[in-house]
Amino acid sequence: MDMRPDSRSLPDLSVRELRTLLDRREIGAVELARAYLDRIGEVDGRVRAYLTVTAELALEQAEEADRRLASGEAGALEGIPMALKDLISTRGIETTCGSRILRGYVPPYDATAYARLREAGAVLLGKLNMDEFAMGSSTENSAFAATANPWDLSTVPGGSSGGSAAAVAAGEAAFTLGSDTGGSVRQPAALCGVVGLKPTYGRVSRYGLIAFASSLDQIGPLTRTVEDCALVMNAISGLDPHDSTSSPVEVPDLTTALRDDLQGVRVGVPEEYFGEGLEPGVERAVREAIERLRALGAELVEVSLPSTKYALATYYIIAPAEASSNLARYDGVRYGYRSPDGEDLVENYLATREQGFGPEVKRRIMLGTYALSAGYYEAYYVKAQKVRTIVKSEFDRAFERCDLIATPTSPTVAFELGSRLDDPLAMYLSDTYTIPASMAGIPAISVPCGFSDGLPVGLQLIGRAFDEATILGAAHAYERSTDWARRRPELVSAG
Amino acid sequence: MEYEAVIGLEVHAQLQTRSKMFCRCSTQYAGAEPNTHICPVCAGFPGVLPVLNEYAVELAMRVGLALNCEIVSTNRFDRKHYPYPDLPKGYQISQYDLPLAVGGYLTIGHMGEERRIGIIRVHMEEDTGKLLHRRGDDGEVYSLLDLNRAGVPLLEIVSAPDLHSGAEARAYAQKLRQILRYIDASTGNMEEGALRVDANVSVRPRGSEELGPKVEIKNMNSFRSVERALDHEIARQLEVVRSGGRISQETRGWDEAAQVTLPQRRKEYADDYRYFPEPDLPPLVISDERRRQTQGNVAELPDARRDRLAEQYAISAYDAEVLTGSRDTADYFEAVVARLGDGVPPKLAANWITGDLFRLAKGEDGDLSGSKLSPDLMAELVGMVHGGEVNQGSARLLLEDAFRSGRSPRALARERGLLQVSDESQLSGAVRRAIEENPAAVEDYRGGKKQAIGFLIGQVMRQTRGTAKADVVRTLLERELAASD
Repeated sequence: MDMRPDSRSLPDLSVRELRTLLDRREIGAVELARAYLDRIGEVDGRVRAYLTVTAELALEQAEEADRRLASGEAGALEGIPMALKDLISTRGIETTCGSRILRGYVPPYDATAYARLREAGAVLLGKLNMDEFAMGSSTENSAFAATANPWDLSTVPGGSSGGSAAAVAAGEAAFTLGSDTGGSVRQPAALCGVVGLKPTYGRVSRYGLIAFASSLDQIGPLTRTVEDCALVMNAISGLDPHDSTSSPVEVPDLTTALRDDLQGVRVGVPEEYFGEGLEPGVERAVREAIERLRALGAELVEVSLPSTKYALATYYIIAPAEASSNLARYDGVRYGYRSPDGEDLVENYLATREQGFGPEVKRRIMLGTYALSAGYYEAYYVKAQKVRTIVKSEFDRAFERCDLIATPTSPTVAFELGSRLDDPLAMYLSDTYTIPASMAGIPAISVPCGFSDGLPVGLQLIGRAFDEATILGAAHAYERSTDWARRRPELVSAG
Repeated sequence: MEYEAVIGLEVHAQLQTRSKMFCRCSTQYAGAEPNTHICPVCAGFPGVLPVLNEYAVELAMRVGLALNCEIVSTNRFDRKHYPYPDLPKGYQISQYDLPLAVGGYLTIGHMGEERRIGIIRVHMEEDTGKLLHRRGDDGEVYSLLDLNRAGVPLLEIVSAPDLHSGAEARAYAQKLRQILRYIDASTGNMEEGALRVDANVSVRPRGSEELGPKVEIKNMNSFRSVERALDHEIARQLEVVRSGGRISQETRGWDEAAQVTLPQRRKEYADDYRYFPEPDLPPLVISDERRRQTQGNVAELPDARRDRLAEQYAISAYDAEVLTGSRDTADYFEAVVARLGDGVPPKLAANWITGDLFRLAKGEDGDLSGSKLSPDLMAELVGMVHGGEVNQGSARLLLEDAFRSGRSPRALARERGLLQVSDESQLSGAVRRAIEENPAAVEDYRGGKKQAIGFLIGQVMRQTRGTAKADVVRTLLERELAASD
């Protein structure tokens, strides 16, 4: 079978296609790494997905991959060039979290997810731009640059894993890892027309993931196809002795869950996700996609998730509360930026944090500090946890009647760079549809489902805890019935 | 009006684990170069996560059980926030509203009576690093940070306000340390910082149920300073109250040199630790099975052992108390007793251990680590004393020798000629010489002053350098004096 039946260049092929070419020795890993580095050189000046490109390291790792491919010891992702959101710790490679306060910080250890990718043979191309400390929905909160959406360079790629999504869309990496706290993998995946999965909380180790909100953060893959997503999940999932919240639940081979039809699958459709604020173009694409699921054999079921409207507000108590705690360590004493100003310890702390953090991070630290303060803790944090329990139990009830839930990923397509910077509330609303699954700790995937005004739209499929298999299976069946996965932005086809 | 003092103690004890609370770094940092026992986890690097040291939980549970507490079956870790460089994460992982153990007590003996002191809670937390303040050549003051201690497992043990004097507080703290040591939970060394005692002190009219404004006392670095600081503070508060003043709620530090408590610098802001449940650690669920297992690992505690020793070996309550001061000395005593020959009373062993051996060892609580006198050798010596092979004075010399050399007391006695002679044929020469050389005493004896025989016995003893057995000498002398009459 010819794996290059079309004119697509190497960086636009899927992980599966590339692995087949590598296995057959039709291409080498070094050749492949070079092709990606060339692509980065070609387009990243415009996309700005990368904060750091590790070209030398990539070629070294690719050489190793070639040796293992030759000796028949190849791992599942051997020789596949990938990149990581810049909050996944990489030993010896600067990891900034998109923040001035961590500029120059070089981690002394590897995150488990990165270590597992390396064990599987993947090759690191570099570190990707993001909203500072993963706080944002447009990647404009990066202290270093705003990433552009490859489909329209005047729009945002979404966030906070905007660099991770844009890199995959622009063919600057075969796959990437992002992190999702309230939608930070799914929303940029939707806006950039790629596949993005937020795994069940506890499925992928958080060790080495620089924390934003510990009870919500999950690392997830961004890929060009659903099958690639399954391949990457196979490599990074599972119990990690370094992460006490990682789960011992067995990890199945997710590629075996991929299917071509949806016979016998009950798809829940919650009307709460099709209300005010949803762009008509997005609604049309998503409703068409849901019809397609029915055409593939799925039974559509109406479900109700009435507390959805409280999820956003609740999230903006819990996530900032945890963030205010997690970010307490950035004091300039041991690593990262330290201000030269201040006459004593307290003054120096204040100057370091004043100069080191951007406005959105400061806003959330203040929100969170307030929510945890004596006298407010019960009214805010404790109450928010109660609402969280209700959100979760509503999903449990819904899943008694269906196997997965289909919704839009984002209420809008990519918006203009700069258009929401002065309106944090409007920015927060980008995550309306992704936050509930985060609060419930359950898996959700965004898969491309068409275009509105020439910009990609994402379909979100939400599953039961630890049942990534069902949503990947359905997403795969849907993807196979369309050609969205083959569409590439002009930027690249012209390039 | 009559007043009484009310004292509650907060004791922090480092748990005796090999590795830290949430990472695998060694806890053996004493004397090490700064920042040589650290890793990304205990140094609070970005992205790290805590993994609970299960042995720390085991030790903490032992303490809870030894203090008669209820183990909270689902307890939890919380984050306690405050900004200071010795706290690498900006928060300390501690336990707040669901501690490991609650509602226990320990018994102190004070002024001849036993009193139960309530234990409110026992919770786990991590220790902080240390800041070292220096002054450079240019006079500029700067600080250095050593994180070797950061993340060492700590237990906080909070007593009820059941104590009323410095002496009682001291007795409580000492008893607590004794228990911690018995169950291998902590070294309890105050000078090394493994045990830290803070106190809350208030005074109130006797009979009142309400507590007065409390003053927190810190910086008490020995049991003696606990007693002195609290007595001083009680006297200070009484003076204020009796002269019509009001006690202000504050933190005071004990100034060892000046022997006074002094107000510590006021914080500029109120404490708000913003506790919330640690999301990086799941709740700690203690199964009944695990609790039972740990209960089995809690060694016989000091009071129980004291009572058993007194009963089983027919020794005095005082000796039993002294011998059970530490588990090592109690173990030593029982090992010696197990090696004693038939008919040798354990009481004799107890006397020698609590007397001469402890005096030689000089260590507090009878620390025997410097002694080379094994239980075997001690049993040998006690047997020799009981069998009349050596007299008291010789035995004392032998104990001292064996304590330092670790050699057999019997071999030493033979070498040094200290074995008592009871063989009549060996003693008859000395007896005859004593009679011949002391006609005056012989005259007295024969003239009816029977006590003059004591002088003659002394002469024989001198000739034999004390090795003669006194009762044998007396018999021989009496027989000889009667015969040549």
